[in-house]
Amino acid sequence: MSLEQLTYLFVVGSFFIYIAIAFWSRASSTREFYVAGGGVTPLANGMATAADWMSAASFISLAGIVSFAGYDASGYIMGWTGGYVLLALLLAPYLRKFGKFTVPDFVGDRYYSNVARVVAVVCVMFISFTYISGQMRGTGIVFSRFLQVEIDTGIMIGMAVVFVYAVLGGMKGITYTQVAQYCVMIFAFTVPALFLTFSMTGHLLPQTGLGATLDNGRPVLDHLDGLVSELGFASFTEGSKSKVDMFFITAALMFGTAGLPHVIVRFFTVPRVRDARISAAWALVFIAILYSTIPAVAAFGRINLIETVNGADNKGTPYEEMPQWFKKWENAGLIAWYDHNADGRTQYAAGDAFTGRQHKPIYWGAADDKVARNFYFNQRHVVNPSSGEFDPQVQPFANEIYVDPDIMVLANPEIAELPDWVIALIAAGAMAAALSTAAGLLLVIATSVSHDLLKKTIRPQITDGQELLAARLAAMVAVLIAGYLGMHPPDYVAAVVALAFGLACASFFPAIIMGIFYQRMNKYGAISGMLVGLISTLCYIVYFKFMGGEPEHWLLGISPEGFGALGMVLNFIVAYLVAHLTPEPPKHIQQIVQNIRVPRNNGSAYY
Amino acid sequence: MKQDSSSAEQYWRRNLQIIFSYLVVWFAVSFGCGIVFVDELNQFNLFGFKLGYWFANQGSILVFCVLTIGYAVRMSRLDSEFDVHE
Repeated sequence: MSLEQLTYLFVVGSFFIYIAIAFWSRASSTREFYVAGGGVTPLANGMATAADWMSAASFISLAGIVSFAGYDASGYIMGWTGGYVLLALLLAPYLRKFGKFTVPDFVGDRYYSNVARVVAVVCVMFISFTYISGQMRGTGIVFSRFLQVEIDTGIMIGMAVVFVYAVLGGMKGITYTQVAQYCVMIFAFTVPALFLTFSMTGHLLPQTGLGATLDNGRPVLDHLDGLVSELGFASFTEGSKSKVDMFFITAALMFGTAGLPHVIVRFFTVPRVRDARISAAWALVFIAILYSTIPAVAAFGRINLIETVNGADNKGTPYEEMPQWFKKWENAGLIAWYDHNADGRTQYAAGDAFTGRQHKPIYWGAADDKVARNFYFNQRHVVNPSSGEFDPQVQPFANEIYVDPDIMVLANPEIAELPDWVIALIAAGAMAAALSTAAGLLLVIATSVSHDLLKKTIRPQITDGQELLAARLAAMVAVLIAGYLGMHPPDYVAAVVALAFGLACASFFPAIIMGIFYQRMNKYGAISGMLVGLISTLCYIVYFKFMGGEPEHWLLGISPEGFGALGMVLNFIVAYLVAHLTPEPPKHIQQIVQNIRVPRNNGSAYY
Repeated sequence: MKQDSSSAEQYWRRNLQIIFSYLVVWFAVSFGCGIVFVDELNQFNLFGFKLGYWFANQGSILVFCVLTIGYAVRMSRLDSEFDVHE
């Protein structure tokens, strides 16, 4: 069977499984649609949370980012796992005890205010739509790379699949499909990583293989540090960002993770408070399997790339001798080569091989266009080469290569010369990662509309059946909007993701924490705190990301990605001050706070 | 069974102590070893890793897992001790 047939088989086969699971566990009440009836086991919820959390970006892009940024990217690794410690210790058990359906539900009830609820809904919408457009784009990209389908067509197929199983199955349906999707994606990610580790170091586990000694007698990371410094790059294991900035970026990602509504809502689906704690631990373990593999994939990938491109003698490899995967991904537009020194050999070093925005190559003609090929070496023509100047003190030659970071995961099985079915598996795994996150976000959006806006604010008199219908309609509309955003992505996707984390960190996290741990917190404090956190973070990110603010004007040297953490501190301070100048919350609210702190439900004793 | 408020308060205080001690470890391995003291730790070597780099990319994840599992186990015990389990 050809690779393409195998890929179709795996991808389409997995779609059928997801839809079948959703049909078998479809929701028939709002409680099932919103929180899967509250009967999910901690183990299943842990897997579902892990799949929900790990998006197309975690699966395809993160290893590449770590590969090229080295230690500087460890903020992502620590931030996106450490947030679960906060969730497990500070949020999940108490929100489970509170026992409602959504995050705005908690904010609205705890702060006895529909204004607070609506502010929360706005935050949820903004965060979730930002995220989901990236996921829809991700499904389109997977289709286009593995199955030679147009990106927009791929997005439509992805929309159709998510539509069927999220709208039909609700939270109950997506929980069990996410369990299946977790299995697919973790298998797809770890199998190539295990093979790669074994072939390079003889170790079985990537986590220990990263510390192993190579055939040349040097530890992997020492070898890599040596390779990159010879080529003029910054050290792999040491950082170039300031410590203050690293600190704030990591903090913003960590607290932002703990404030993301689609993650928090997963802990409403387990039966008991202790199950919420246990499933948070499971979720982190399942996430850790992938995240702790990433640094190894990143380091081995970078070594392979350097040694393949520059050759054993570090003089470059003649283009016609480059392996098949290099040419395949060149055709897909993820690699480009411009022969700056006209020696017919590929060379990879520090600096940009191409000019223009983001230094991405602009190809002349399509991949299958024979005329658009270089006459001598037959590589694809690129119209925007850089000047090719370099400092001979720092590096031996100019950089001639553009490599998209996604290559580190996508090309792994080919670099390790693994069989075709493993490559097909990567496609199914990437698809699972994108779809599972998209479905989780979709549900959060739909629930905010039907429950928080319609049932709790605008028309409290609607029946359960009408609310369920509204939730399904809202999910349908949300799929269409998400698909549209995926097809017409704003060209600042990465910046918008920083915004989503910053806002979750600066708005939700403090409001929820103070709602649980600070009984005296009242609605005035919470609302003013959320608004201060929201507006300060929004202004800072918009000014420095979209209005051309210069890095030298960063406050305390904090980049926009890390500002959410400072916004969070402002939120806490303002909320505390305002709460002390205004009346304390009513008695029945203080009773609620007392009640959520104790796992057992004592019924009337606490109300 | 009705909870009297003093034991509920005690339960909550014990919980806060546990949370605090776990968060100290959480902060120490990630922000401490992984960021603030990373250069100092990088002078040490652990099974082929620079120690600071290891904490930032592997060690912190491992400790995070231990912390969440430990908290779930510890709190289940505390719940039974104060008879507030479900």
